[in-house]
Amino acid sequence: MSCNFPGATVHGYLDGELDAVRAAEFERHLEECPECVAALDAQESLRSSLQRANLYENTPLGLQQKILAAQRALAPAVPSSRRVFAQWLAIAAALILIAWSCWRIIPNLTGPNSQSAVAAQVVDAHLRSLEPGHLTDVLSTDQHTVKPWFDGKLDFAPPVQDFAADGFPLTGGRLDVVSGRTVAALVYARRKHFINVFIWPTRESDSYPLLGAQQGYNWMSWRKNGMAFWLVSDVSTSDLEDLQHLLSR
Amino acid sequence: MTESVNQGNSEAVPDARETERFNLLVLPHLNSAFNLARWLVRNRTDAEDVTQEAMLRAYRFFSGFHGTDARSWLLQIVRNTCFSWMEKNRPPEPVAEFNEELHMPNSVTPESLAIAGNNRERLSEALEALPPRFREVLVLRELEGCSYKEIAAITSMPIGTVMSALSRARTQLQVALVGSAQQEAPREL
Repeated sequence: MSCNFPGATVHGYLDGELDAVRAAEFERHLEECPECVAALDAQESLRSSLQRANLYENTPLGLQQKILAAQRALAPAVPSSRRVFAQWLAIAAALILIAWSCWRIIPNLTGPNSQSAVAAQVVDAHLRSLEPGHLTDVLSTDQHTVKPWFDGKLDFAPPVQDFAADGFPLTGGRLDVVSGRTVAALVYARRKHFINVFIWPTRESDSYPLLGAQQGYNWMSWRKNGMAFWLVSDVSTSDLEDLQHLLSR
Repeated sequence: MTESVNQGNSEAVPDARETERFNLLVLPHLNSAFNLARWLVRNRTDAEDVTQEAMLRAYRFFSGFHGTDARSWLLQIVRNTCFSWMEKNRPPEPVAEFNEELHMPNSVTPESLAIAGNNRERLSEALEALPPRFREVLVLRELEGCSYKEIAAITSMPIGTVMSALSRARTQLQVALVGSAQQEAPREL
């Protein structure tokens, strides 16, 4: 091997982890080293195979609820004088929990819309919205224009607020379709990127937010006050967390 | 095992306010936690148990979290919980060696790789067959999109080792992929 670059350099370059000087040096080197070019090609091919295979596995539905139940079980113990009462209470709570699990978790497991399936649909809807002319049906930064626009078009009233002062200006809204139902889509701008916020009514109980990624897009979903929220964008997860915080305020 | 997790912090069940903070800061990363556990323990059922155990461990040690990167902090606990669980429940797996440079056989070309990589099942099996230390860096980099700095923090590896670990992990994955595609005898490594 005439090449004097350590074999791992190609990985640092591929991962964008070389500093600017070293990256430029390596690029000049690529012009005269067919071995490194071949190695880079092979690595890029592997990366695209891994991405196409979509190996990411989302959490099973119901795991968040199990963790929340386990948190409650860890809560500080009741003083001993009230132990008998507490024991009865615990039994009653356990029965309620079992009944609640049957009602809540089992339909989730058997339901047709797994988290990944919905995530795939909202990411598709996000991609469609980015095609020219598809982003908004009502183009306005004024929540008092966007909110009434939805009246009569939906059987629910999505919460519409502008967060320009917090760095998330409202850009507009439109109707979209997720899991076969018509949903509200609000569009917020974040620097030069767009965040789609999909909202529809749900009968499921409130949940804490969950982050995920699909086809290179980040998403975040939660349920609050009878509404399901899904954020999708190419912005960082911390930007999504900030918008989640604003929407739940 | 949890040296950097409970360093200087005792275990304490968070109060209602801290619980809410945990649920908004750490719990949203449940998918990342589960995905890492799934590829380390190699099946969904065990991964669910290990993820729950790790999440509760994070909850009990939440007073020790002072940083801003909740995902890395959680993933560090997840991988430690996974490695302890595997030590207890699984036969030892091949150990990853980082020392010498591994040379790619001539049969591994972009073309042969593209063909071999086209099969999701084969890719998944090849990834699962790697030593756990290699699986973990690949999953963190390729599926989670972690930076080298984040991978170093999660795995307690020096940052310089991350690049060479990834280099070896990818090379080994490619060799396994092309090898299985050509249905050759087990690769010699």
